[in-house]
Amino acid sequence: MTDKTLKPLTSPARREFLLDAGKTACGLSLAGLCLGLYSHQTQALPPGAIRPPGALPEADFLGACIRCGLCVRDCPYQILKLATPGEHVATGTPYFVARNLPCEMCEDIPCVKACPSGALDHSLTDINKAQMGLAVLIDHETCLNFLGLRCDVCYRVCPLIDKAITLEQQHNTRTDKHAVFIPTVHSDACTGCGKCEKGCVLETPAIKVLPRPLAKAEAGKHYRLGWEEKKKAGQSLIEEQGIVDLPDRMPDATPDAAPGGLPPAKQGNQL
Amino acid sequence: MSQAPATTGGGNRAIGKWWIMRRLSQLGILGLFLLGPLGGVWVVTGNLNSSLTLKTLPLTDPLYLLQMLAAGHMPYQTAWIGAAIVLVFYLLLGGRVFCGWVCPMNIVTDSAAWLRARLRIKGGVRIPRKLRLWVLGGMLVLTAISGTLAWELVNPVSMLHRGLIFGMGWGWLIILAIFLFDVFGSQRAWCGHLCPVGAFYGLLGKASPVHVSAEKRAACNDCMDCFAVCPEPQVITPPLRGAAKGVGPLINDVDCSKCGRCIDVCGKDVFRFRIALANRAADAADASPNN
Ligand code: SF4
Ligand code: SF4
Ligand code: SF4
Ligand code: SF4
Repeated sequence: MTDKTLKPLTSPARREFLLDAGKTACGLSLAGLCLGLYSHQTQALPPGAIRPPGALPEADFLGACIRCGLCVRDCPYQILKLATPGEHVATGTPYFVARNLPCEMCEDIPCVKACPSGALDHSLTDINKAQMGLAVLIDHETCLNFLGLRCDVCYRVCPLIDKAITLEQQHNTRTDKHAVFIPTVHSDACTGCGKCEKGCVLETPAIKVLPRPLAKAEAGKHYRLGWEEKKKAGQSLIEEQGIVDLPDRMPDATPDAAPGGLPPAKQGNQL
Repeated sequence: MSQAPATTGGGNRAIGKWWIMRRLSQLGILGLFLLGPLGGVWVVTGNLNSSLTLKTLPLTDPLYLLQMLAAGHMPYQTAWIGAAIVLVFYLLLGGRVFCGWVCPMNIVTDSAAWLRARLRIKGGVRIPRKLRLWVLGGMLVLTAISGTLAWELVNPVSMLHRGLIFGMGWGWLIILAIFLFDVFGSQRAWCGHLCPVGAFYGLLGKASPVHVSAEKRAACNDCMDCFAVCPEPQVITPPLRGAAKGVGPLINDVDCSKCGRCIDVCGKDVFRFRIALANRAADAADASPNN
């Protein structure tokens, strides 16, 4: 090494060194930036791609999965696939497309057991508790059951029939004398296996499994459902809180009516 | 250095014992992985990132353990055990043995180097060899910032290996780009200057007792064949030319991938593999006053 302190800043060697270092730094940061942006882009899973059971939430999954494909190999039904460059799923990560091959919900969940990294959470031991996605009956206009027919296929093929998906009877307003049976998915039980999507008899399925964050709405944290609160408490929560009941306005109401309204005993007799 | 006049240009003795052994090793390992998907015989499952051999032996690339940790994920025990086994293996044999004997990209870049020599292409983009360490550091920083294994989106090493076993998609384009850059852009650009995987394994190489040794360096007639074929020619100079300065004959620079190409091409049989910890000048076979 030559003694740098003796070299003026403008010496050719010094200049070249600084230039090289600068170029390197610029090139690297640019490459890093591109890769960073690209990685950010692939963080949103396309709706058609479903992760194997037990997968961590997508952001954590992408930091945990080492793209080894051991889950893919241990799936006895060969439904999983590792994403390749050019797909919209992060390269090398496992996913399946329900309409092609749905998850068969193996009782021993071999894919999860095979995962060496923890990207598939080993604490998932009951496949019925898996939440790979959530089925949503998207197209009400084309679904045969909505039209009043009795297709019922999505309901029949569900491994958790009558828990994850039920048929809700409603009045058929078109014929005015029949019933329609609305396939209704229940998010607390649906595993997102995709059997329903695979089974749907339409050319393009009316029911589809979506990533849960996409499919599931979330009410405001402060929302309370009165009837549920009442059930929980065993009684109405507002009765004995001294709620001010404003007077009912009657055509013949006298201006000097008491501010507390009519006494409870009289209420039912009005009108 | 590689531009030095090479009497044979690395073409004459392109195939030698170690070259064959190395290709057998690289293709054999790949073959073991492919035996399952192609032949239905499952000896090894997974890929180089993490694998399971005979349903019992877990192996995990320590670089992936590092990436998981950088991304803020605590890996499972299996990954730790697998990474520890691999780590010990490469600490003993020398980190860049991975590059020379395991990595499938090596076949691609070796072919590129061969073609470049055949086409007599010289010069090109100048890349400092240290850049790979910066790429490694930058890659880990990016992993930490993004919280994802961002490097895996473009890593040609795992892309090629995984691609051959699980399906390639457009990954061929990245491999092709590197091949072309190695041929036309710059000598040994990928493996010798840019690849952070190689840089990482280089860091593991310090303690290994396995070395190529310029044992009979006194017999060297400066034909430069070894410099022409070596993917990291800078590692040869000190041991080969260092007799006068009292430098030992062991090629103990961590960048040496122990590919044995120098052993293959040397017409004077200067080089051989040697297991030794200390690098004493006196260990050279011809450490005699006649030099
Ligand atoms: S539960 Fe069974 S079918 Fe579903 S992904 Fe895992 S191994 Fe495959
Ligand atoms: S086994 Fe785990 S780490 Fe390997 S690809 Fe599957 S999810 Fe990723
Ligand atoms: S995805 Fe469909 S078939 Fe599977 S559990 Fe949910 S409702 Fe049932
Ligand atoms: S299978 Fe399809 S068409 Fe039939 S009821 Fe279910 S969603 Fe409707």
